[in-house]
Amino acid sequence: MRVVLAEDLFLLRDGLVRMLEAYDFEIAAAVESGPELTRALAELRPDVAIVDVRLPPSHTDEGLQCALAARRERPGMPVLILSQHVEQLYARELLADGDGGIGYLLKDRVLDAEQFVDSVRRVAAGGTAMDPQVIQQLLARRSVKRPLAELTPREVEVMELMAQGRSNSAIAAQLVVTERAVAKHTSNIFSKLGLEVSDDDNRRVLAVLTYLEGR
Amino acid sequence: MDTQDRTGTDPGSPGTGPDTPGTSVVGRLTAPWRSRDGARGGSRGAELAARARPAVVAALRGLVLAVCSLAGSLALLVLSVVSIVLIPVAGIGLLTTPAVLGLVRLHANQRRLLAVQWSGVRIPVPYRPLPDRIRGGYAGRGLRMLADPATWRDLAWLVTDMTGGALLALLAMALVEQGLFGILLALGLWIPVVRAADGWWFAFIPITGWGTAALAGLLGCCFLALSPFASPLLVEGHFRLGRLLLDRDREAELSRRIDRLTATRHDAVDTAAAELRRIERDLHDGAQARLVAMGMDLGTVEALIEKDPARARALLWQARKSSAEALTELRDLVRGIHPPVLAERGLGDAVRALALRLPVPVDVDIQLEALPARPSEPLEAAAYFAVSEVLTNAVKHARAERIRVDIHHAGGALRISVTDDGVGGAVIGAGSGLSGVERRLGTFDGILAVSSPAGGPTMVTMEIPCALS
Repeated sequence: MRVVLAEDLFLLRDGLVRMLEAYDFEIAAAVESGPELTRALAELRPDVAIVDVRLPPSHTDEGLQCALAARRERPGMPVLILSQHVEQLYARELLADGDGGIGYLLKDRVLDAEQFVDSVRRVAAGGTAMDPQVIQQLLARRSVKRPLAELTPREVEVMELMAQGRSNSAIAAQLVVTERAVAKHTSNIFSKLGLEVSDDDNRRVLAVLTYLEGR
Repeated sequence: MDTQDRTGTDPGSPGTGPDTPGTSVVGRLTAPWRSRDGARGGSRGAELAARARPAVVAALRGLVLAVCSLAGSLALLVLSVVSIVLIPVAGIGLLTTPAVLGLVRLHANQRRLLAVQWSGVRIPVPYRPLPDRIRGGYAGRGLRMLADPATWRDLAWLVTDMTGGALLALLAMALVEQGLFGILLALGLWIPVVRAADGWWFAFIPITGWGTAALAGLLGCCFLALSPFASPLLVEGHFRLGRLLLDRDREAELSRRIDRLTATRHDAVDTAAAELRRIERDLHDGAQARLVAMGMDLGTVEALIEKDPARARALLWQARKSSAEALTELRDLVRGIHPPVLAERGLGDAVRALALRLPVPVDVDIQLEALPARPSEPLEAAAYFAVSEVLTNAVKHARAERIRVDIHHAGGALRISVTDDGVGGAVIGAGSGLSGVERRLGTFDGILAVSSPAGGPTMVTMEIPCALS
């Protein structure tokens, strides 16, 4: 799997390259600025891009903006955003097109290599990987509001994990229930949120979007 | 002012600057416009009328001002002098002085009002506030007013107003009046006038027959041609002369400003020092200690890895946990110093992001996008933390269920209002968070106003002067 990596801090970039190579990723390019990232994404067309929010030369949200621009050029291109802090505002902007293949994680998550690599793979496969902190903020705020008020506590737990982008089997393992039970919960959640029945994987993305939009 | 406001909102008329007088400018700007679009042949008359209007308006104003200056100021000056002179004489003056000085102030304030409305000349009101209860009652009030330097400046103004001021106002009127009179003379009016007055001078022309009358008519036309430009200027000159004396005492103003700057500088330095101490302490007790612990754990792991792999693994897990906790602490610390979204996106999005984190729905309306640039960074930070503090108060103390934040930039100031539907009863002072906000804004000459009746709703308004670079 070919990866383009954008991170301006040398130590972190170097560490990420080594970690990803250890998990058999191919690093197509490891760049340190916004313009370089834009060029690399256009020329190399990687399977997934891992991008720091704040990049030179502007040292603002240049990485995020480059990634969003690249996704407008090539809809659905998998992008995993790494940030020193998580902001719902940024998560909303990333998820706005509803195409999936989006991740938004705190930089701390690289401390747990296995989980981080799992997130990268999920994003590359068109899924989502939202930082638990974003999801928790969301749920903490919305738990009293509709339509979440209609969810049972167990369904809220399932949704929290689903919103992070976990698969049914991963959720089942974490909550120590059967996969069938998880499937039942998820379909309940979808119907309570008014998402139509379909085989589309993106319904999970839509569920996250519903929370983000449904104020 | 009224007319000016309407032109501002009317999309069809060209905008007027804040300093331009209302009616006359509207006439001058809109009329030629309309005449160009309208009837092609008969537009001359309309154009002439548009030209004449400011002159006529200025002449009428000159007349009003001349009456005010000559009659009003003269009468008030005489009354004031007599009244003040009579104070030592059995205290008779003590009874009249407060009333007379009150009238003088009314008179001066009326002129201040006209100055803004007619010529856009701002003359600040300098009087020291009078306390509700004064020792010595009514008479004490007069003495108190006499102790105010502004009163003496008022009296000096009365003198200049009834001389120079009146002259300028009369000239504004005379240009139009004499112009018309000159033309009438040339049309034949000179015959009865000369006969009645036994010789007549029009300006510098002695009128003796049709020839000199025609010259007078020519001069009258010159006066009239000059008046649309000169008369408004003369009226403005009248007000500017008034401002020379009526404006507040500049020295007193400067010393007040120095006092205020000294106070806000002390506040700013104290706050910055306290902030630095807090950061130092937080780093020392938090992230730094955790990193040291992590290093020790890793050192122990090095020693144990062969002998006791199970304990080594436990220590590694602990080291990783320490590093994660150190990161969290550093992140919170950074957010307290300068929030990342603020650095990345500016005030607007930082407040939006803040609103998303609150457990209460917050409507955010921000109108900064039309601006060419962001406010300076320290000012942005001050505004952000002020909003943050007020929002926290609304959630914590006011138990609000809905909050509204409005941020916009107008008239060289950043205006922020935070309204909630909570229980109200918020006050500035007595160690409340709002005093901190007030101090923080004070460094930037900003002000804070709180309206919070018991039972709510609470509205906190902040205004910070800010020119956008």
